[in-house]
Order: sequence, then structure tokens, then C-alpha cells
Amino acid sequence: MFASASSVKVAALTVNTPSVNFNLKYEKEWADLEPVPQDDGPNPVVKIAYSEKFSDVYDYFRALLKNDERSDRAFALTAEAIELNAANYTVWHYRRVLLQALSKDLREEMRYITAIIEEQPKNYQVWHHRRMVVEWLNDPSEELEFIADILSQDAKNYHAWQHRQWVIQEYKLWDNELKFVENLLEDDVRNNSAWNQRHFVISHTTGFSDPAIVEREIQYCLSQIRKAPHNESAWNYLKGMLQDRGLSSPPGLLERVLELKETHCSPYLLAFLFDCYEDALENSNQKENVGEEERKDILRKALEICDLLANEKDTIRKEYWLFLGRSLENKSGSRGPSDKPPEPSDPASGQQEMS
Amino acid sequence: MWQRDGGQLFKKNFFFSFCVKRAVLRCLFVHFLLHSSYQLFVINPSFLCFRPALLREQHYQYLKKGLRHLSDAYECLDASRPWLCFWILHSLELLEEPIPTAVASDVCQFLARCQSPTGGFAGGPGQHAHLAPTYAAVNALCIIGTEEAYNVINREKLLDFLWSVKQPDGSFVMHVGGEVDVRSAYCAASVASLTNILTPKLFEDTTNWILSCQNWEGGLSGVPGLEAHGGYTFCGTAALVILGKEHMLDLKALLRWVVSRQMRFEGGFQGRCNKLVDGCYSFWQAGLLPLLHRALFKEGESELSRQRWMFEQQALQEYILLCCQNPAGGLLDKPGKSRDFYHTCYCLSGLSIAQHFGNMDLHHEMILGKEENRLAPTHPVYNICPEKVSQALQHFHRLPVPYENKPPGKADTAVKEPTVDRTQGCHYD
Repeated sequence: MFASASSVKVAALTVNTPSVNFNLKYEKEWADLEPVPQDDGPNPVVKIAYSEKFSDVYDYFRALLKNDERSDRAFALTAEAIELNAANYTVWHYRRVLLQALSKDLREEMRYITAIIEEQPKNYQVWHHRRMVVEWLNDPSEELEFIADILSQDAKNYHAWQHRQWVIQEYKLWDNELKFVENLLEDDVRNNSAWNQRHFVISHTTGFSDPAIVEREIQYCLSQIRKAPHNESAWNYLKGMLQDRGLSSPPGLLERVLELKETHCSPYLLAFLFDCYEDALENSNQKENVGEEERKDILRKALEICDLLANEKDTIRKEYWLFLGRSLENKSGSRGPSDKPPEPSDPASGQQEMS
Repeated sequence: MWQRDGGQLFKKNFFFSFCVKRAVLRCLFVHFLLHSSYQLFVINPSFLCFRPALLREQHYQYLKKGLRHLSDAYECLDASRPWLCFWILHSLELLEEPIPTAVASDVCQFLARCQSPTGGFAGGPGQHAHLAPTYAAVNALCIIGTEEAYNVINREKLLDFLWSVKQPDGSFVMHVGGEVDVRSAYCAASVASLTNILTPKLFEDTTNWILSCQNWEGGLSGVPGLEAHGGYTFCGTAALVILGKEHMLDLKALLRWVVSRQMRFEGGFQGRCNKLVDGCYSFWQAGLLPLLHRALFKEGESELSRQRWMFEQQALQEYILLCCQNPAGGLLDKPGKSRDFYHTCYCLSGLSIAQHFGNMDLHHEMILGKEENRLAPTHPVYNICPEKVSQALQHFHRLPVPYENKPPGKADTAVKEPTVDRTQGCHYD
């Protein structure tokens, strides 16, 4: 996602433009233009050993840019420059200037950018360019199918999902998206991007306030959890959906999860239980009908889970679970009489010296 | 766990975590068997007796060479050359390898050629300005830290550039005519705070925009609505720290999300839930823990540890040292992948985070393996050494802010934000 240096060179892409197969300086078409070599200075750093073709194309590109030339040969050259380095945002910007200045066929540009994205789907510039062309055409009709194709090759491509969400929101194409998401989750129930899209669609359409929707989603989650108990996405979705209204708000949810604990336990299930107990404690502050004994019992259960996770079930997060336990204990008062003392980690009381 | 089982458990755990995914993983497993990490166990005795060594000399040679010359494999980074400067210089400063004066001066002069006449820095000489190489260039110049380096930056024009990419909704595009995502806010806040050109008006509504990127998972996405992602989460959180607004995040939810990104078998971090481990997230993800530690402390949290970050520091160091080093120098994503300067920078940055707890007043080290594995500490907001941050802030705060209000001709933005205390976010230590 971030500028990564793949050592694999981009495969050549044939584009329907005037021939630029040889060095441009030998081409009559370019004879009037003086190429501009790159000004790296006398003692360059991070100096790239460009191929002859790369230097040639970019020397002429710099010349065109310097003159702000708006011509077909300039337009053709941008395709060459892009093929050599599709991350050169200056070239893409110039290509867009030319698309408008020369009134180029935007449908053809859509075909071009479709091909480029298929070759290099993890590049920021190509997707941004496509978005601009779609905006200019004001025509999203190809987008959902195109993105679906890209996602069929990499179901988690962040750029693809970003473009998809933009198209859906901008052109109000919500109707079939939940079905699309469900199909993806059938292919791979662990696809976190698909779970995110599920949340995106529902929050922008029906919302999560309707208890019927919430119940449907809870059932969906629990059914996926039964099939794949160690799927963190499903548990995160369950929590994420409910956290604003409180995890203890759907009646019977805690019981349903406790039932699952026997046969489908996981660190995620235990963490969810902890969150339910913590939520119950927080809400019990507002409710008078939760007695002191009950509060103590909930606290004891919550702290038990922290210890279990820290020391046995999720030890990679030991520091975190210990912190959560100390923090909860501190907020809610001390442990019940039957419990063991806190696990020694390091002294955490009193003022920290961090400025 | 490690000592008893040596390589077998390591390979099995790799396979376990992978095999829940599809055919891609089979390829990875084959790569793993064939490639360097497996061989490291056989070739390098220090790995077998589990005192992993940081291959300092090899990394140094790789970096030293790259700072001057790169093969044509780097043509794809021809629009990111200030990044190459930053990745290499930061790696060298973590390794505590001095930069020769002449080289430092050459970097300054090169970055000066990358500076756009309209302000900001571009990916290379003659290209348009872009927030990412701007961030990288300013950081690289601050690492060099000489008067010559500081003087390269045209602060007035830099401020013009930041205004030119500012959007009415508080976000920033990465370059004129370019895309929006949360990286831009971080790049803008980082360079503005370091060079003392930050004004409240410049970041009006930016806080709210960044906050809208925190999603149901607890992490942050690139733009509102998308999946939570380590790189974007780091950028959004660090930007808010600079703006003094990190307390407005749901810190508990963010904390839960990021600690859950550490892989229980590999020890390294994944970028997103249910995806694979990658060495670069050693910084983007683990680097959030120091930020959150401080944020929670400022919110009055009394139960924070005084010795450790809330991630498994040893496990992360193991992952980096055992799985992410190329024996010929340079670091990488995971076994089977090629080395590159980006991964070298962020694996080393993550290793530094895992080795050093605390700040100037409270410091606790946990070095896995030999003492020689110790790296210099890095600043978790800017990711350059803390001394270089202080030095830059000192230098630039002696200079006046170029101007307060938006330049004429810039469209009106809504007035919503309370005044930003620009000094608070700057002084992390």
C-alpha cells in the first residue's frame, strides 16, 4: 500500500499509439524537441540506473512539460511514461490535462485505464485516474462489475474497495451490495474487507437501530461463528455493531454466547464475554435493580476471564489483558473474597513519570 | 517454546496461521521452505542457539550503497526518491552509523532539487509537489540536522503548498489534482509542526475528518467507511497527537484493535484483521502503542505499566530478527520476499520500538539477543530519532510563522474547530 519497492518489473503493455519503439531521438516526429535530461546535480544520491528507454522517454516528457505542449504526441508519450512507471503522478496529471485540452475520447480512456488497473491493481494513481474519468463521463455503469472482477483476483484490494465505496455512495448504487457481500463471505468467511462492506452497506441503508435488523445480524454472526469459531472478523463485527448501544442491550445475547463457549470456544469468544461483563458493570451504575452482590459477581467473572486470557488463552496479549484487569479492578473496586490476588507484573500504581 | 522446538514449531506455526487461507498460502509455505529463513537456521549458528543477531554490517553495506546507487529495479520508485533518502538515512541513524558530511551535503542538494518552485517537495527533480515526498524530505533533512539541511526548506512556499492541497471538509489531497486519504493529514501535520508553520486555521476541521476514519473495528481507515488498516491508523493517530486531539478518539477501542493485530504465532503484526504478517507493520502497528500509552496517561489512566508497552516486545523482536533479515543485508516483509529499503526502514523502526520503553525521563530497555542488537530509540510520532526532533523544533521555533490566515483566493472553509494548541502536540517528550 505504501510506496513499496517491488523488484519485479512491470510487464510491457501494448497501447494503440504512434510507434515509439525506438529511441525517440531517432524519430522524425520528435526531431524538433530538445530532450531535457534529469537534473540530479553533480553528486547525485539515490541515483537509479535507468534503462536507456526510461531515460529517453522521460527526457522527452520533461521537454513537453517544460513547454506545456498539448498535442497527440504528448498524449501518446504519457502512455509510454506510465508503462515505465505507473506511480509517476506528475505524468498522470499531465495526461488528464491533455485528455481535456485535446477533447480525447473518454470511453477509450476507460478501456485504457481498465487494462492498466488489471495489470497493476495496487497503485494509487491508476484508481484515482479511473475515478476522474468516471466523474467526467458521469457514468458509473461499468464500475461494480469491473471492481468485482478485480476483487475476484484479490478479494481484499484496498484501492478496489475504496473505489467501490465511492461509486456506491456517489451514484447511490446500494441495491445489490448486501447480496454481493454475502457471496464474498460465502467464498471466504474470513474476508474482513467483506465484513467491513457489510457494515458499510447496512449503516448507510437500514442502519443498526432497528431491533429486527440487529437480531438478523446477530444470527448471521453466530451462524458464521458456529462454522468457523476462530474467525476474528465475525466476533469483531458482532461487537462493533453493538458497542454503541451496549453489548448487554440485546436480550439473551450473553446466554447465547455462554452456550457457544462449551463447544466453540476461542480467545475471541472469551474477549466478547469480558466486554459483556464490563458493559454490564458500566450500565449497572445507572440501574438501581442491580445489587451489590450481582455487581461483585460480574466483576469476578470479568477478572477471571482477563486472567485466563493473559496467562493461558491469549498470552501474546498478556500485557494488555493484565492492564485491562487492573484498570477494571481500579474502576470498580476490589475483587471478591474468594479470588486469588492479581498476577504480579510490575508496579503500576501511582503517578507515571512520563511527561 | 522456541528453545525446545527450534525450527519445527516455527515452521508449523507459520503453516497453521497460513493454512486457513487459500492457495496463495501454499505458495508462501513452499517459498518458506526454499528460502532464506529456513536456511538461516541451518547456516547461522546464532539463530540455532537462539541468540539472534542483527546483521549490522550487512545492513550497513546495503544502505551505504543504496544511498548512492540503485539498480533499474527501482525505476518504479522514480517518483519517490525523497522516500529512498528517508528510508536509508533513518535506517542508518537507527544503526547509529554516522553520515559522512559530504554525503549529507549531497542529500541536501538533491532534496533542494526536488523542492517545487510552488512549494513542497516532489518525487524527483522537475516533478510536481506531493505530500508523501514532502514528509520524507523534511524528515530526511531533520535527520541530517545541519544548518544547510534546515535552510533547504522554503517555509513560506511550503505553507502555500499545504494550503493548496487543503480541502473544505478538513482533509488534504496528496497533491494538486490528487487523491484524499488520511496519510495526507499526517504528512501535512508532521512537516508543519517540525518547521513551525502550523496554524489553527490550516487544520480547521482536520480533526473531525480524521476522527470520522475510526470505524466499527476500533482502528482507522484510509477514508471514512473503509476497513481499519495499520498504516492509515498510524497516520491518523499520529496526526491527532500532533494536533493535540488524540483524546477525541475512542482510545479503548483503538487499543483493543491494535493489540489484536499482533500474530500469536509469528510474533509480528498484520496490517488488517485476518490478513498476513508483514515486517513493516512492526512500526505502523507497534508504533501505535507508545502513542496510546501516552494518550491514556494524559487521560488519567493510572494502571499503565512503567516497563513495557502493551504488546509482546520479545515476540516482535524475534519475528524481525529471525524472519525479516536478508543474510546479504536489508530487511523484508516475510520469509520468501525480497529485501527493499522501505522494509529495511520499517522493520528496524519497529525493532527500535520493541527494544525501548518510555521516554527521556523513564527508559527501560529490552534487547533480544546480543547487546550489539541495540538500535537507537525512535520518536513514535515522526519516526526520526528524538534528538533530531528536538533539534529541529528548536531551530524552527526561533523563526516566525510565515502567515496565519489562508492565502487570498483560497475558498472559504467552515469555522468549527476550537483553537489548536500547536505547541502541545509538538513536544512529545
